[in-house]
Amino acid sequence: MAPSTSSTVTLNINGEKHTLSVDHRTTLLDALRERLDLTGTKKGCDHGQCGACTVLVDGRRTVSCLQLAVASDQREVTTVEGLADGDRLHPVQQAFLDLDGFQCGYCTPGQICSAVAVIEEHAAGWPSAVTGDVSPEAGPPPLTPEEIRERMSGNLCRCSAYVQIVEAVSRAAAENRTGTEEAAA
Amino acid sequence: MREFDYRRADDVSGAVALLGDDPDARYLGGGTNLVDLMKNGVERPARLVDVRGLPLDRIEPAGDGGLRIGATVTNSDLAAHPGVRRNYPALTQAVLAGASGQLRNMATVGGNLLQRTRCGYFTDVTKPCNKRRPGSGCPAVEGEHHNHAILGASDHCVAVHPSDMGVALTAFDAVVTYRTADGEGELPLADFYLPVGDTPHRETALPPGALVTGVTLPPAPVAARSRYRKVRERASYAFAIGSVAAALDVGGGVVREARLAFGAVASRPWRARAAEAVLNGAPATAEFFAAAADAELAAARPLPDNGYKVTLMRNLVVAVLSELAEEAAR
Repeated sequence: MAPSTSSTVTLNINGEKHTLSVDHRTTLLDALRERLDLTGTKKGCDHGQCGACTVLVDGRRTVSCLQLAVASDQREVTTVEGLADGDRLHPVQQAFLDLDGFQCGYCTPGQICSAVAVIEEHAAGWPSAVTGDVSPEAGPPPLTPEEIRERMSGNLCRCSAYVQIVEAVSRAAAENRTGTEEAAA
Repeated sequence: MREFDYRRADDVSGAVALLGDDPDARYLGGGTNLVDLMKNGVERPARLVDVRGLPLDRIEPAGDGGLRIGATVTNSDLAAHPGVRRNYPALTQAVLAGASGQLRNMATVGGNLLQRTRCGYFTDVTKPCNKRRPGSGCPAVEGEHHNHAILGASDHCVAVHPSDMGVALTAFDAVVTYRTADGEGELPLADFYLPVGDTPHRETALPPGALVTGVTLPPAPVAARSRYRKVRERASYAFAIGSVAAALDVGGGVVREARLAFGAVASRPWRARAAEAVLNGAPATAEFFAAAADAELAAARPLPDNGYKVTLMRNLVVAVLSELAEEAAR
């Protein structure tokens, strides 16, 4: 096969398939923003250091600035535009609104996507760097403010809305637990 | 960024064949380091061979009580694995101490070992750097080096290896497996990274074109009581300025077995064998822990602005070993 510098890829974004030709240098972030007009995902540092471009790829939070679009072929991508259920905001989005989890709002889509994943990772029993005992027998640690701060540390906020962000993630996580318990009952 | 060809490999031999002997081709794993280096112009590959979809994403028992970790296992999956958390807790702690949740979901075990230094001169193509452009010089020796090496460096390069994962793997005698067109091979992690000498651009002992396929952790009962402690310039999401992976088995107040490795002090994860030699059979007290640290750090050659690391590492060793000894006594 002769070398080629572009490929046709199919991205499944927020439940909708998009087939497009991409230069191999295109990141998933640039494909979302510049090709598909999904500008909710923000470009901050473009080097994987700020988290503003966080999206979910196959359910896992990912910095889309370091993910090549060509390497995302056939993957399921969820952006901030895909979190709400119609007019009903995702519980994490609602908590950020209710508790002022932002000031300028630029980092917020990344914060929210990251928080959605943090709640799932914690529910799956993943420990973090501040978890005292990481052994599986110790069970998942309570999602304390310290745990939330550590787990959200890949998302920077220049306005420093961190106090309210921690509160918002904490409330959304509590709602998620209640919902899970009700569903199980 | 230079334009490049992109191929996705379906199996290991196919990946090795796609890369061939092309010095301008690179394997693409999670891309968290390589894509960033391509944006900076440090890496300018003509072809990427995407290995992320290879069937190397399993963690399996190695039969004798150890673990076999596939090269495309993500950092997240490695850290969350029950067997790792139970039998090698310092490895889970080391992985979780590195990067962010997003990056750990993308980054792979093979890529972690092959990631490049974050030395600011290496990542800035307008600056000389013997690692990036052999023979061009090392501005760090007389320039910005507060986070550079104190052990095993040379006048040609004083950069440090940034991995946290690798420090714990080194303490636990991990063995790297790889594939070339000629077949399978393996390298103990202790021999994986080459001495700096006057060839800092040659970083590993992997043959040309080799694809890392996994890491094998031998059984190590001592690792069940282990800990990773990382010091950095902010509380989270930063590279280490010094770190320690330690494991300790104590009986009757005496050290039966100790494992010790340092991070962010050398061009590779640094196994502290001189310290281990002092510890084995010695009383499990702070006095001997300090003597062990001193034995290792006697070889330190700090630069004008990183001498603090000698004190830092000594204190880290004493603190972490004391905690492990206290736990053992409970």
